[in-house]
Amino acid sequence: MKPFTYQRVRSPAEAVAAFGRNKNAKFIAGGTNLLDLMKLQIEAPSHLIDVNGLALDKIEMTPDGGLRIGALVRNTDLAAHPRVRRDYAVLARALLAGASGQLRNRATTAGNLLQRTRCPYFYDTNQPCNKRQPGSGCAAIGGFSRQLAVIGSSQACIATHPSDMAVALRVLDAVVETVKTGGVTRQINIRDFYRLPGDTPHIETNLADGELITAVVLPRPVEGKHGYRKVRDRASYAFALVSVASIISRDGSGKVALGGVAHMPWRNETAEAQLPKGAKAVAENLLSDAKPTEHNAFKITLAERALASAISEAKG
Amino acid sequence: MKFDAPATNNPIDQLKVVGKPLDRVDGPLKVTGTAAYAHDRYDSIPNQAYGYVLGSAIAKGKIKPMNVSAAKAAAGVLGVVTAENAGKLGKGDYNTAKLLGGPEVDHYHQAIAIVVAETFEQARAAAQLIQVEYTKADGSYDLHAAMATAIRPEKIFGGEADSSAGDFDKGFAAAPIKFDATYETPDQAHAMMEPHATIAAWHGDTLTLWTSNQMIDWSTGDIAKTLGIPKEKVRLSSPFIGGGFGGKLWIRADALMAALGARATGRPVKVALARPFMFNNTVHRPATVQRIRIGATQQGKITAIGHESWSGDLPGGGPEVAVMQTRLLYAGENRMTAMRLAVLDLPEANAMRAPGEAPGMMALEIAMDEMAEKLGLDPVEFRIMNDTQVDPENPSRPFSMRTFAECFKTGAEKFGWNNRNAKPATRRDGRWLLGMGVAAAFRNNLLMKSAARVRLDSRGTVTVETDMTDIGTGSYTIIAQTAAEMMGVTLDKVAVRLGDSTLPVSAGSGGQWGGACSTAGVYAACVKLREEVARALGLNHPDATFVDGELRVGNRRIPLAQAAAKKELVGEDQIEYSDVDKKYQQSTFGSHFVEVGVDAATGEVRIRRMLAVCSAGRILNPKTARSQVIGAMTMGVGAALMEELAVDKRAGFFVNHDLASYEVPVHADIPHQEVIFLDEVDPLATPMKAKGVGELGICGVAAAVANAIYNATGVRVRNYPITLDKYIKGLPEVA
Amino acid sequence: MTKPSEIELSRRQLLAATGASVAAATYPSAVAAQASTQTPSTARVSFTVNNTVRKLEVDTRTTLLDALRENLRLPGTKKGCDHGQCGACTVIVDGKRINSCLSLAVMHEGGKITTVEGLGNPKRLHPMQAAFVKHDGFQCGFCTPGQICSAVAVLDEIKAGIPSHVAADLNAAPQISNAELRERMSGNICRCGAYSNIVDAITEVAGRKA
Repeated sequence: MKPFTYQRVRSPAEAVAAFGRNKNAKFIAGGTNLLDLMKLQIEAPSHLIDVNGLALDKIEMTPDGGLRIGALVRNTDLAAHPRVRRDYAVLARALLAGASGQLRNRATTAGNLLQRTRCPYFYDTNQPCNKRQPGSGCAAIGGFSRQLAVIGSSQACIATHPSDMAVALRVLDAVVETVKTGGVTRQINIRDFYRLPGDTPHIETNLADGELITAVVLPRPVEGKHGYRKVRDRASYAFALVSVASIISRDGSGKVALGGVAHMPWRNETAEAQLPKGAKAVAENLLSDAKPTEHNAFKITLAERALASAISEAKG
Repeated sequence: MKFDAPATNNPIDQLKVVGKPLDRVDGPLKVTGTAAYAHDRYDSIPNQAYGYVLGSAIAKGKIKPMNVSAAKAAAGVLGVVTAENAGKLGKGDYNTAKLLGGPEVDHYHQAIAIVVAETFEQARAAAQLIQVEYTKADGSYDLHAAMATAIRPEKIFGGEADSSAGDFDKGFAAAPIKFDATYETPDQAHAMMEPHATIAAWHGDTLTLWTSNQMIDWSTGDIAKTLGIPKEKVRLSSPFIGGGFGGKLWIRADALMAALGARATGRPVKVALARPFMFNNTVHRPATVQRIRIGATQQGKITAIGHESWSGDLPGGGPEVAVMQTRLLYAGENRMTAMRLAVLDLPEANAMRAPGEAPGMMALEIAMDEMAEKLGLDPVEFRIMNDTQVDPENPSRPFSMRTFAECFKTGAEKFGWNNRNAKPATRRDGRWLLGMGVAAAFRNNLLMKSAARVRLDSRGTVTVETDMTDIGTGSYTIIAQTAAEMMGVTLDKVAVRLGDSTLPVSAGSGGQWGGACSTAGVYAACVKLREEVARALGLNHPDATFVDGELRVGNRRIPLAQAAAKKELVGEDQIEYSDVDKKYQQSTFGSHFVEVGVDAATGEVRIRRMLAVCSAGRILNPKTARSQVIGAMTMGVGAALMEELAVDKRAGFFVNHDLASYEVPVHADIPHQEVIFLDEVDPLATPMKAKGVGELGICGVAAAVANAIYNATGVRVRNYPITLDKYIKGLPEVA
Repeated sequence: MTKPSEIELSRRQLLAATGASVAAATYPSAVAAQASTQTPSTARVSFTVNNTVRKLEVDTRTTLLDALRENLRLPGTKKGCDHGQCGACTVIVDGKRINSCLSLAVMHEGGKITTVEGLGNPKRLHPMQAAFVKHDGFQCGFCTPGQICSAVAVLDEIKAGIPSHVAADLNAAPQISNAELRERMSGNICRCGAYSNIVDAITEVAGRKA
């Protein structure tokens, strides 16, 4: 870990201003992913801006009956919130399927969104990785790729996004609220928040440099059975092989997104329209452009079966 | 004391303290964070500096001269040691690859430098400033590709590479029912919770290492040999060890690099290997490919059994002895086993919990399940049918005791085995497909010399001293129990000092020999101390007994403390063995029963129930012994369901080298576990009449899980771990 | 759908094009090695550890774990992985269990920290510590301080109604069951495999509390 200077800030404005004043700065909140990466010098900020003092840890009703979740709300608190449990169960379930009790106590809403990939080649600084070091190559392609992406990948990167929460937010059509230098705020639909790797896998979101997430807004609750089906090798404390976030109505229609298959939560509204026809129809459409490796081709079958299970559970 | 005849009645048989399920004597220290592991020993020596070890970025090749100037100039840095300035180094007897690489690199993450600094943060950051230029060489990283050039190894722990009895080829060809299948087990990591760690300090030419090590005497010798100094100039201290499982049987880079860093800087140096570095830097259980052939009569009597195994290691290394149990476990007149060793330039392969039997039983016990099905026999019945009371290669040589069949009968009854449907994929509970599986457990009982010294002081306190280690096995407790029983005192009157090279040389912790052999050594020393006590009190009488803190002869009762009132009394001895283990085959036996649920849609496995029945002679402490077995069962679940070091066959390294990507079981994976110990003693083992149990528990578990998954799904997987991707296509359609 | 082999083919072409036969490579890369001129930065922090106020001046890089161990000489909290992957470093901060390895010491200004040493000592064991001894909820003992801190916090979490992954009904109050305890304790790895006994120990303490 390289040396860095450290400051605490008290307001979003102060945070973004501090970012502007310091070269190579990073915001830190929970720190559960950033410090992990800093120890390996995958991240090497020279200035840390501790945003924990920002009063962004509230969950509030929005005027239209939705929920505004402060960026600093801890994963545990979000999953335990009565409204989230009752009206956004897919989100509570996704959060509870992720990480461990200790990590959820620390990890924040914004930090969870900004988690970086768990690709083992990204984590090994001796190996080429276009995400860690643009232009160095991708060791995962042709390497051990069992956990990695089957769709939306590129010749530069086959990493997946590790967040469970983000997959739930994708079916909930959440909106990410941010503030930039000069106090400019904006709202980004979660659909437009993440990027596919393409030729620039090191750029993972559409946030600008120094743009700070302040909240995640959920629209009014959606009717239907909420579920989050996470499949992994061990029963807990593991990243998904495949996960399915779903909200399914009585008539069989609904919304569905996959985790563990791509560089972002994977959802496609055309495929989703096939839900009443069953999992096979949805999966065929949703994963029609899949380019799996020999190690992860099973994820195609697994995704379809997990989806079928989610549909049958919702109906049952 | 020479153990050369079956044990007769002795003071241990009183079982006033031995054999009781007592709490660990070191328990209060461990639960309060006051047991000091290597990295916790701030008080051992002042002014400790911090070392950080840098590993090779390539698997094979050469380092051109490194540029360490930036690292040396970094804040707080006290020194940098590489092969260039380390001085001449040898290699320990128990190491295959050298511990400090350069200029030649033998494997990925082989240590190539240590940076010593005032703080951990400074040392870690400075290590990243070392610039290394490599010339890569081609290496061999793929076991399957290397099998063609595998050779018959000469040096093997526990025997020859090949064995035969009768005529296997003829016997197998003639067998009415034949089975022939090939199985694969992956590379596995010990992944003990405490990273390898050492504090090293020099006083003149004398080196002290506060470290984490299972085998004090081996390692004292090996560090001396590596550094080229006399063994007497090295002291090792390792009173608490945060898990080893074989991974700390020898010195590793933490010990050597701390010693080199301390020598270069003149400061005590503290080193712990970083977790993501451990998987490739240290050792692992190597992958195997195993072919098993079984021929039997229509009725199910085995007439031919053959087991071949291929594994790989660095040049100079040895094979995984995965066929050993097949020489002894089942009857059958025509037999063969063979081991072949390929050169692989992956990190060093070496012993991990039950080397040989653990992966060997993973394969053999699936094969037995498959053969039972082919014969239309219940797998419990098939195993009992082929039980043998003698070494099947040498029928004149009996087992010291063998209650193998009893393990299965007891287990089947307790587990409700008769509720199993032999037809797979027939039982269901909601979304879960249910299956039951069974497998044998088998591990040889190895005998090792073991010495101890026992002191009696004027307060009547008995102090046991031996370099035996407690790696979680409960050594402190069973040694205290042994001394208490022998000297007729309560447990609180016994103090135990372990894990220090200044103490008498014990069996150490490995190969499940530690518990039985180290207590036998303490027994021998106590026999000596009893003689000293009797002599001091002038009561040298054959009927003397040691009871309730007193020496008793007839009506005379004298407190022990009185014997040592003027001068501390000392008894020191070691246990050695004649040829009992040659005349009698000594092994431990068991059965594993497992019930699983397999998610019908996704194939996720959840273990529902587990039972082990063990036959291991006298159980010295049923509480700690049970813990050994449930721990081994847990590791067996890991082997069955998730553990695999994934090899990058291009770059030659284990890719998943941290605890997030090398998955081991967590709480959620493990249900309540049951263990039954058959009530027995083995007088041919040691005076304690006990055998090892810590490795028995892992042997066969994975196969029992595998067989249960087959019973649940009807899909047979022959390469571990049995992850859902290997059978998901065979699961029923999702409704 | 593209066949699995196509990406690998592309990889090989890519390697050929970029000259993969070059044998020499330098590590770390220039990017990773830059900024060697940076000097460590220190900061003051003050927090309460086991009811004692501690004031420290630390390198900003110091984790809470290393501050407890190396600066305050409280070695009960263990470094098993230093990356939030094992739970051995679990401590209770402001009433919540966290991985102390993934938190900087300077981020805990004014915090209230409880480590295993703060729960009890060998002469006066906390009920959870006593239950671990009784049920043999450990073997090597290295993960044990983290397991115990976690266990104490887990019972509080259940009491506070925080749901878990295994809850059948997210809106119902969680109960103390084998499945609940196993799921909630899954962030604490025990390679010795004492899980079955650990859950027995926690269950007993939960019963005693109720």
